[in-house]
Amino acid sequence: MDFTVVVIVEVLYAVASLVLISAGLAVVFGMMKVINLAHGEFMMLGGYATITAVNLGVNIFIAMLIVAPLIVGLIGLVVERLVIRHLYGRLVDTMLATWGLSLLFIGAATMIFGNTTTGISAPISGFAVGDYQINGYNFFIIIVSIVLILGMLFVLKATRLGLIARGTMQRSDMAAALGYSPDRIYMATFFAGSALSGLAGAVLAPLVGLVPTSGGAFIAKAFITVIAGGPSLIAGLLSSAGIFGVIGQVFSFSVSAVMGDVAMLIAAVILLRLLPQGVTARFFKGKL
Amino acid sequence: MQGPWQKELITTLLIGLAAVYLLPFAINTFTLSILLIYGLLGLSLGLIWGFGGILCFGQAAFFGLGAYTYAIAAVNIGESTLPMILSILVPALFAALLGAMMFYGRLADVYLGVITLVVTLILFKFINSTAGPEYVIGTARLGGFNGIPGFQTLNIPGRPDDYIWGDSFYYVCFGAVLGVYLLVTWLLRSSFGRIAIGIRENDQRMSLMGYDTRARKTVLFAIGAAIAGLAGGLYANWAEIVTPGLFSLGQSAEIIIWCIVGGLGTRLGPILGAAGLAYLKFLLGQQSVVDNTMITGLILVLFVLFLPKGIVPAVVNLWAASFGRRVKRGGRRAGRATRAATRNAARQEKAVSHG
Amino acid sequence: MVETILETQNLTMRFGGVVASSNVNFKLKARELRCLIGPNGAGKSTFFKCVTGLLTPTSGQVFMRGDEVTGWAPHQIAALGVGIKTQVPSVLDGLSAYENIWLSARRFLSVTEANRKTDEVITRLSLGAIAKAELGRLAHGERQRVELGIVMAGDPWLVLLDEPAAGMTAQDVDRMAEIIHDMLKTTAVVIVEHDMQFIRSIATTVTVFHQGAVLMEDHVDRVMADPTVRNVYLGKKA
Repeated sequence: MDFTVVVIVEVLYAVASLVLISAGLAVVFGMMKVINLAHGEFMMLGGYATITAVNLGVNIFIAMLIVAPLIVGLIGLVVERLVIRHLYGRLVDTMLATWGLSLLFIGAATMIFGNTTTGISAPISGFAVGDYQINGYNFFIIIVSIVLILGMLFVLKATRLGLIARGTMQRSDMAAALGYSPDRIYMATFFAGSALSGLAGAVLAPLVGLVPTSGGAFIAKAFITVIAGGPSLIAGLLSSAGIFGVIGQVFSFSVSAVMGDVAMLIAAVILLRLLPQGVTARFFKGKL
Repeated sequence: MQGPWQKELITTLLIGLAAVYLLPFAINTFTLSILLIYGLLGLSLGLIWGFGGILCFGQAAFFGLGAYTYAIAAVNIGESTLPMILSILVPALFAALLGAMMFYGRLADVYLGVITLVVTLILFKFINSTAGPEYVIGTARLGGFNGIPGFQTLNIPGRPDDYIWGDSFYYVCFGAVLGVYLLVTWLLRSSFGRIAIGIRENDQRMSLMGYDTRARKTVLFAIGAAIAGLAGGLYANWAEIVTPGLFSLGQSAEIIIWCIVGGLGTRLGPILGAAGLAYLKFLLGQQSVVDNTMITGLILVLFVLFLPKGIVPAVVNLWAASFGRRVKRGGRRAGRATRAATRNAARQEKAVSHG
Repeated sequence: MVETILETQNLTMRFGGVVASSNVNFKLKARELRCLIGPNGAGKSTFFKCVTGLLTPTSGQVFMRGDEVTGWAPHQIAALGVGIKTQVPSVLDGLSAYENIWLSARRFLSVTEANRKTDEVITRLSLGAIAKAELGRLAHGERQRVELGIVMAGDPWLVLLDEPAAGMTAQDVDRMAEIIHDMLKTTAVVIVEHDMQFIRSIATTVTVFHQGAVLMEDHVDRVMADPTVRNVYLGKKA
């Protein structure tokens, strides 16, 4: 019984963290058809922003939920203006350029923070379920993910901004013809996407020792989650995070953590072979 | 591609012979060997990406697979000939299976990128986790993140005690690059190569002409992997140790950067790009003011933005502009490059005015 | 009796709830010229794509020279000796006209024969002046003509053309009609077309599609005089 509870919490946590690490990439890809391969480094920067802010005496929750997203969002804005803007409509070129950015950020972070592991302790302590110890911080991550999904749903469904965003997602040329400047929409989207990446990196920072190359651990997972999700933003995110989270955890528990990761990646390859356009190209069609 | 084959063969051989003699005056042969190995690796991606239109984010997987195959086989066999052959065949076979899965599933662009990237990661993670004594192939322990050291290095075929090392190894590497370069040149002149270029230009049109583009892309992909595997086998001999780092995404990224900087759609570009950037990295490694990774990243960003066609086409272009009348073929090619550049500029302008 | 080279039986294609093509029974004889017409969304292009292998029909069969080819891949159908031109001009833009046509010829011929065949096609279509030029730089009409050259270089016995006259100047259209007549010496031709002027100029048997099904099949003059067809094209008033 206790074991079941632990497994359920762990699976939920795995799904939630996949949603969290993929959200920023999904927003940018869904709206702009741009794959940001520097996504992992945006998360890494979010982590460093949090740690730096905490060391300067800022409350850890403010640092994670406000400071980090803002800083990384602004970095994203600069990147969009300087680089991405010139490459719209050239999918492969943007991937290459953002891959270059990812290396650039790794190098910059190494120069600033050094090639050592830094970290902060989780602000919520763990507790016991029967014989098992559960990390209390995992619940925080699950809650943040739920709030994030609800927030995205609200913005897309109930606000004017969301309507414009959905229109742009469907037909950016038509949105432009109706007088909404895609340039500004893209700018705002990239800011939002980067901020989400920063948030994810910040929230996950207490769980991992942070090094400049930390981003690499996230990018592949985020990448497969978004691509396997397919065209619908939220339904895609939830369905593929669900599939990969469950598969990953099942193998982690039954074999080893590494095999959990490997199983998740193999599942992604098989899934893409069967549904080349992603899960939501076949199921949940037309949902958000 | 139409010029007389014999003439190009002789020119290439002459330039090659001059280079093999002259280069050691500038750089020591140990460093030259690795530059050549990287050149070979660059050419492997340059072939499938530049001429076949297949962007593989995991070319390092075949490189690493070649290196590991060599190491494992060398530990087991103790003579280097068969391990070298296996280091070409195993990656080629692996690529043929992977390619068949992707191309028959009609995956392209990003999806191709995802799968090749993910497969590289799987290999990396798997090899990294094989530190335990239970991971053994024959008598070779995989060794996890420590890698496999201490295997038999290259020897004269049939004479396991006569090692090929130092200057001799440099000549072997040069021979490999020259041989593969000529092979690629021949391949691109053949019908197979011309059809591959056709598929790069328009996959659907080629299949409507009656070509099985899926099978052809799979074969080309496997050839690229074979070349990368050869580079991996040579690398194992150069480094005398293989580690999981060979499979890393960073390694894959570097191969892509070599091709972009050198120039896609050329044979020489990826080789020069690889050797040049690897040498630059070697030089930069001797200072500690600016981080190496940062410069690599910056180079990639700048090239994608400002010189997406790479250095070699740009130089050919410049050459033709100055001596246009005399070099007829160069003129035609440069014309193409300029038009491609204007097309790019127009596209960019469109993107900007779009915004 | 002339051989039937293309036949479909009860060919049906559904997209979700939409029936784009329903129970089409179609027959074509060797060296016949046939035009497929009908208003937008009548199912002409869907039918075309099912025959060329670009789509796999939901039900029904396609036969070519007596063999069932339902669900074959486009390259397999093309390899039978079927020349296909899609609606959007599909050529190899980075290569020259010569190279485009050569690649098509090489599919069925040796290198030397392909060289000869390419020269022959270029002469036949009077493409000599633009043979060495990169295709991406040529005008729309010229690229359409090169695509016809690609189709011809395979020496097909069946040619399927989707809107060959679309977006062409009057002069180009006349030339196209000439080329098609020339082709009929060796092959059957099926043309999907909107341009009635063009269809009249090549005067032929016409199959009219309406709402996914075949409405009628007759000579172009009788078809155009038919009140039902006029209804379909001009609305329900007449």
